[in-house]
Amino acid sequence: MIFLEFTAPQVDYVRLLPFLIVLGVACLGILVEAFVPRKARFVTQTALAILGLAAGLGATIWQWGDGGRGLADPASITGGVTGTVLVDGPVQCFWAILFGFGLIAAILFAERRAHAGASAFTPMAAAIPGSRLESEASEAGLVHSEVFPLALFSLSGMALLVATNDLLVLFVAVEVLSLPLYVLSGLARHRRLISQEAALKYFLLGAAASAILLFGVAFLFGYSGGFSYEKLAHAVSFSTMGDGILLAGMGLVAVGLLFKIGAVPFHSWVPDVYQGAPTPVTAFMSVCTKVAAVAGLLRLFYAGLGGMRWNWQPILAGVAILTIIVAAIIAINQTDVKRVLAYSSVAHAGFVLVPVVGAFTLQSGLPEGQAGSVASVMFYLVGYGLATIGCFTVIMLVRSQGREASSLDAWAGIGRRYPLFGVVMVIFLLSLAGIPLTAGFMGKLAAFMAAWRGGYWWLALVAVLGSIIAVFIYIRVIQVMFFREPAEGSDPVELVRPGVPAVIVLALCLIGTLGLGLVPGPLLDAFQAASSFLIPAGA
Amino acid sequence: MLETLTPVVATGLFQYAWLLIAIPAIVAALLLILGKVTNGFGHWIASLAPIASFVLALIMFIQLAQAPKADHAVGLTLYTWMTSGAWHFDVGLLIDPLSILFVLLITGVGSIIHIYSLGYMADDPNRRRFFAYLNLFIAAMLILVLADSYIVVFVGWEGVGLASYLLISFWQAKPSAAAAGKKAFLMNRVGDMGLLVAMFTMLALVGSTSFSRVDQAAPFLNSGWATFIGFMLLLAACGKSAQVPLQAWLLDAMEGPTPVSALIHAATMVTAGVYLVVRSGAIYQQTPAAQLAVAIIGTITLLVGAWIGCSKDDIKKVLAGSTMSQIGYMMLAAGIGPAGWAFAIFHLLTHGFFKANMFLGAGSVMHGANGDVDMRHFGALRKAMPITFVTFGIGYLAIIGFPFFSGFYSKDHIIEAAFHAQPVLGVLALIGAGVTAFYMTRLMCMTFFGQARWAKDVHPHESPAVMWVPLVLLAIGSFAGGMALNSWIGEWLAGVGAKAGGHPSWLPHITWIGVVTLVVVAAGVLLGWWLFGKRPVPAQAPQKVSIITTMGRNDLYGDQLTYNAVGRGGAVLARGVDLADEKGLDPLADGTGWVVQTLGDKVRHIQNGYVRTYGVTMAVGAVLIGLALVVSRLV
Repeated sequence: MIFLEFTAPQVDYVRLLPFLIVLGVACLGILVEAFVPRKARFVTQTALAILGLAAGLGATIWQWGDGGRGLADPASITGGVTGTVLVDGPVQCFWAILFGFGLIAAILFAERRAHAGASAFTPMAAAIPGSRLESEASEAGLVHSEVFPLALFSLSGMALLVATNDLLVLFVAVEVLSLPLYVLSGLARHRRLISQEAALKYFLLGAAASAILLFGVAFLFGYSGGFSYEKLAHAVSFSTMGDGILLAGMGLVAVGLLFKIGAVPFHSWVPDVYQGAPTPVTAFMSVCTKVAAVAGLLRLFYAGLGGMRWNWQPILAGVAILTIIVAAIIAINQTDVKRVLAYSSVAHAGFVLVPVVGAFTLQSGLPEGQAGSVASVMFYLVGYGLATIGCFTVIMLVRSQGREASSLDAWAGIGRRYPLFGVVMVIFLLSLAGIPLTAGFMGKLAAFMAAWRGGYWWLALVAVLGSIIAVFIYIRVIQVMFFREPAEGSDPVELVRPGVPAVIVLALCLIGTLGLGLVPGPLLDAFQAASSFLIPAGA
Repeated sequence: MLETLTPVVATGLFQYAWLLIAIPAIVAALLLILGKVTNGFGHWIASLAPIASFVLALIMFIQLAQAPKADHAVGLTLYTWMTSGAWHFDVGLLIDPLSILFVLLITGVGSIIHIYSLGYMADDPNRRRFFAYLNLFIAAMLILVLADSYIVVFVGWEGVGLASYLLISFWQAKPSAAAAGKKAFLMNRVGDMGLLVAMFTMLALVGSTSFSRVDQAAPFLNSGWATFIGFMLLLAACGKSAQVPLQAWLLDAMEGPTPVSALIHAATMVTAGVYLVVRSGAIYQQTPAAQLAVAIIGTITLLVGAWIGCSKDDIKKVLAGSTMSQIGYMMLAAGIGPAGWAFAIFHLLTHGFFKANMFLGAGSVMHGANGDVDMRHFGALRKAMPITFVTFGIGYLAIIGFPFFSGFYSKDHIIEAAFHAQPVLGVLALIGAGVTAFYMTRLMCMTFFGQARWAKDVHPHESPAVMWVPLVLLAIGSFAGGMALNSWIGEWLAGVGAKAGGHPSWLPHITWIGVVTLVVVAAGVLLGWWLFGKRPVPAQAPQKVSIITTMGRNDLYGDQLTYNAVGRGGAVLARGVDLADEKGLDPLADGTGWVVQTLGDKVRHIQNGYVRTYGVTMAVGAVLIGLALVVSRLV
């Protein structure tokens, strides 16, 4: 006879509040689809999503100080669901970053004026592209307001991935964040076939990556005999078993997460999906997915596999170099602005891995008060996110005959015709390139410094050289925008007047990019103050 | 260790010392920002600003003098400028016996020159701008002397450089004025680099640029580094004070309006180098080599300036050469060490009076001669411009060192101190005194005596009261300054480390050196009179002249030397760099671009759009990572 003993887990709901709010609002969004009249849905969903994310962000910031206090007394904050989810300083930082960018993306979802009164999403995803059904739906003014709950579900998955302390939850979180994104990618209003193709590719490759991840989880389970990170860390330190299984598991899990980050050679989906997906969705996933995946990788490798540092550091260093160089080289010959930005996003995945490799933390000799690896990763992602969302917002506005004109040829001379727009775009591009006075520069500086101090000076040097090549990507776009005449007889490209949501997004990104470039100190200090992973007893 | 004062925290009026700087700075900003609105009254408030600062400074001076000796230095920290790593930069003021004397000189002479300018610039269409720049200069100069750290000194140092540039090329429509401004600015940059490098070195060695920290640390400096800092500070001083080899800009700077020449290029700014050297006394104490270099540079300059002064016909250039020469005396004194510092400052103050006096006198002469500056077109002006003549004459007697006039006290001290320190320098300084007497006598004879050589349309006349009253005030200073200061300045400056073996009395102390000096001066005067007073002066400059005169007329070929030493080499270097850029770096950069682009073209074909290819890429990547892990384990 087997006695099943079930102890109710102690759940610290207050500490989980931000996550619960976002998840709850996503569920609420489903109910809205069911019960609110069709006409009012888009507005309701918009308001709900924005308010929900704002509440989540507010709750995170409200608790931020707590993380610091809890560190002094670990017993008091081994909260969350005991063992599987852990809320500590880095988690709160990453939540704030995720919900902040999620909020910006949600605002961008609501932009309609740029699309001549419609949304960026297809009126009826189930209709065959180009069919009568589709055009009827379009004329009837149908919209897929489900995009908001989908994005919120995805964000919930991301929030879980950031906070997980358990391999199984890690896998679940990756799935929760991915599935809605597959759907969202296929919802573009124009060029629907490309969009659907992108969604399918993303799904197939994502499924493969998930399988690899799960395989890795199985190996790690086999090695440590449990799913939790502390068990893993304990086994790494004390197990007498041969570590072949451990290495295999570690490598496979790394592949699964690097796929989500979009690092070479697991990046192939990125350009196709970024190009095909609706631009607001591209903005959302290029930033939030990357933040969540990097955070998940960071926690697993620092807290769970910290003892294997000497093994994973060289591997990740190789991936980082490969990513930076390959992405920068391929980006140079791209003819589509969205693809240029997709490769730029891949290159940035490489840059952000640089401080991860450095592993410069309080445990590895970081002096108190300096920015270490974790804080610099956070800062880097913030700078990258602001500039990337800003760029995609601008892309939404450049149109020809009602559609986005994202081919580079169409952009010729557009900066001179629309100087204000041109300057704004240039600032975002320069931030991505890492030119001083922008957040991108401070992020690169902090990131490379962390790697340098962590002993990976050669990686920092290679990264600097790589970023010089990468500068070319952005300068090329600037050159086309300002110094090339449009070809004779090409379609006239115009900049549509942005609606209020797009203006808000542009303003936030611009202020953030310049503000953090000029005064990076406060945010960097705040991140640094909350950058120690809580490593539970037993590790 | 020097017996320097430790600054006490400012109380009472001293808490408002920043007003000294703020008043002229705000007025300058107002005049420049409000623009034409202030055209009608701007010059009036601009003239009141230095007067207000002067009154404030005077009260502070009296309070300081009454305070016990230990409290003679007052520190006032205003705010934290920046913190960078372990470096912490405060903006603070230091009011001590040295700086308060400078403040009085700057605001006092500055006020007088502002008033004079009311008359001199009355008809200039850009009068408001002129006064705004003058106020800007006063503010910057006060920052320079009131700062409590080198980095804040540097702010003022650059500020006066800017004001000097703006005022030299004030009549920028004249190409010569524009070029002169540029020249001054560029040559000053060379000196500025010296100050910057000195500051960097201090930061690296001491971790601070504040005077108190540097002074404390100076005795423990390795003598090599102390010498290095000393030479860099000397370079800075050479640039600002027009000392050899950076002297060439000062003669061209006379393109500026005459009040500017009087205030900036005679009385105050050009003496900033002397201030810097005296202020850095603690460092020079550690390095006899740099100290000797200061004295040698000073001596060379005093002779070069005097030489140039002898051969020029342009009245302002004679005075400019004379300024170089007199600052050379100050540098010489500053290079002698603590024994000379008080005399350097003493001569600086008296020179501030008599040189400003003579420059303004020259301005008055030009005013009466339709702006002509050629002394060969003057002559016999003593009757036409009696007040100008008398006041100029007092300045003349002061500079040649006529007994009981101010220069007599201050210059004698320097020559005497030079003899005690290094007889060779003393002899050269003595010769300089004789040459000074010669060229000043020449100037007096050609301008005020002899027969009139005026052009037909020139009708010399005395200047208006707004111009001659300042002349009278400065003349009083030129006469009485020496007597008034002689008895106490040595003791007063003891607090900043000076050790003057002075004679605390207004009576001259008769020594054999003093007697010899008087004899040499008298010889110079007689020679000048014999050549230019007794004999008629040709209205055209004679062309067949000795090599010595030709050299002097060409500023001893300073420009040519500079060009050949720096300009040519620079041009060759620039051409070389350009060539290397064009033939070496450009192809390299283009080549890299080509390689990357070609590579990109090849690699992008992997991205063919097929999911199967992508899947294979991923699988290969996973295998690679696995292999790498295995290899890392095997190694």
